[in-house]
Amino acid sequence: MSLRLFTHQLRSEQLLFWRSKEAALFIFLFPLLLFVLLGSVYTGKIYGVPAPQALLSGLIGYGCANTAFAGLAITLVLRREQAILKRLRATPLPASTYVAAMLVSTLLVFALQTAALFCLGRVLYGTPFPTAIGSLILAVIVGSAAFAALGVATASLIRSGEGSSAVVNFILLPMAFLTGSFGPTRHYPSFLRAIGDVLPLKYFVDLVNAIFLKGHAIWTKPLALAILAAWGLGGLLVAVFKFRWEPREG
Amino acid sequence: MSAIVVRGLRKSYGELEAVRGLDFEIEEGEVFGLLGPNGAGKTTTVEILEGYRKRDAGDVSVLGHDPERPGREFRERIGVVLQQSQLWQNITVREMHTMFAGYYEHPRAVDEVIELVGLESKREARVKTLSGGQKRRLDLGLALVGDPDLVFLDEPTTGFDPAARRAAWEMIRSLRTLGKTVLLTTHYLDEAEQLADRVAVMREGVIVRIGTPRELTTTDLEVEVRFRRGGEDVVITTTEPTRVLYELTSEAVARGEELERIEVRRPTLEDVYLTLTGDDTE
Repeated sequence: MSLRLFTHQLRSEQLLFWRSKEAALFIFLFPLLLFVLLGSVYTGKIYGVPAPQALLSGLIGYGCANTAFAGLAITLVLRREQAILKRLRATPLPASTYVAAMLVSTLLVFALQTAALFCLGRVLYGTPFPTAIGSLILAVIVGSAAFAALGVATASLIRSGEGSSAVVNFILLPMAFLTGSFGPTRHYPSFLRAIGDVLPLKYFVDLVNAIFLKGHAIWTKPLALAILAAWGLGGLLVAVFKFRWEPREG
Repeated sequence: MSAIVVRGLRKSYGELEAVRGLDFEIEEGEVFGLLGPNGAGKTTTVEILEGYRKRDAGDVSVLGHDPERPGREFRERIGVVLQQSQLWQNITVREMHTMFAGYYEHPRAVDEVIELVGLESKREARVKTLSGGQKRRLDLGLALVGDPDLVFLDEPTTGFDPAARRAAWEMIRSLRTLGKTVLLTTHYLDEAEQLADRVAVMREGVIVRIGTPRELTTTDLEVEVRFRRGGEDVVITTTEPTRVLYELTSEAVARGEELERIEVRRPTLEDVYLTLTGDDTE
């Protein structure tokens, strides 16, 4: 892979992301907005820490799924159905470079968003900055990779551009709600919690909670890491076998 | 030297035989038209040559490469205008060209390409503000920015109004002066006639006629001889217009008559096309 091509494409992806106001607004600003809203509603303590800190942790989870899963899936479906992917394949840009640039661009947006959440929390609610920085960076990378794989897999299964945003949000929002991204789930009925327990976002939120709320290292949660990785691998398998570069015929 | 050599090309989609044995060659610097109605197999053929589809049978060489294994070197040398593609809407014409130029080792200067396709007044305009014809010119610019030797144009003017079509024709003619080899598909006869050095007429997956536009219209098709006699139009169709004219005129001269409004009409490319592609030929 040529580094020149990779940086060129990464710059292009960043330009395309920030220039598309709707996507930038929905993907980048929405979790920040939710944080401000939820933070002004919840008071007292959650998980033994001030409510805004716990909410921030959950919204990092939501942001990850929103950016890497939902954003990537919708973008890929639209680019495929508009024959943009097909057009790019006729250029010398290798597919591996293209995919790598898209993933790194997504990670970059999510990392920026996470940093913005911490700054916003600090300013509005006096939440602390994370102490286990290395573990948090690792968790962000693992989570982004897993949700990106699931995003590509979902894009491969969605047939048309029109429905993509609805389908993706139909998965994303209930998942975020059931896995504690918008607040703790301990008062939910047990069947809802059971559903939440199988979803990948639950384990990413667990990881971030352990790292940010308790100051633990990422290695203290091997099971959560393993389940998240398993979801990611499952997504990767579907993506490898089902991904199409070209729009549906007709 | 041939830019493209195709021998015995076949391609089926399930039961449907889209391409049923094609043979043709395209010379370097030639503008070659694939003409035919929808469903004749033009796009399938072009997409095999572009490296999008695998063939079922036959030999294909494009710029010395087998497009089934399209390496980087092959991609560097071809430019593609797809039948339909919508590109990103929120970046400018110039940004889009710069993005594509970055994919190639030796791109043309971006501003030069934008001028070539006549978008200099839209350089800083966002893609979404362009008209349909301007977007098509953008497609062409993106196909040329890598300075390819061979350009594929799949129905480049479908859906254009007449003025936009004329402008597009001018641009495609300018490709010839740049020395590019062009493979153009179209279902417009006048387009093939205006632009192509040679035309292959396709029907149901085979080439039914191939030659220069002139050759196609001077084949064994019947010529019409028309005149008026006794207030009625008479039309004689013949493959021997010389003999028919001689007989008609010598008789008329002998009788001292005038053959009113006599004319001999060679078939237009449209007549040839309709005869070749119509259902009434077999």
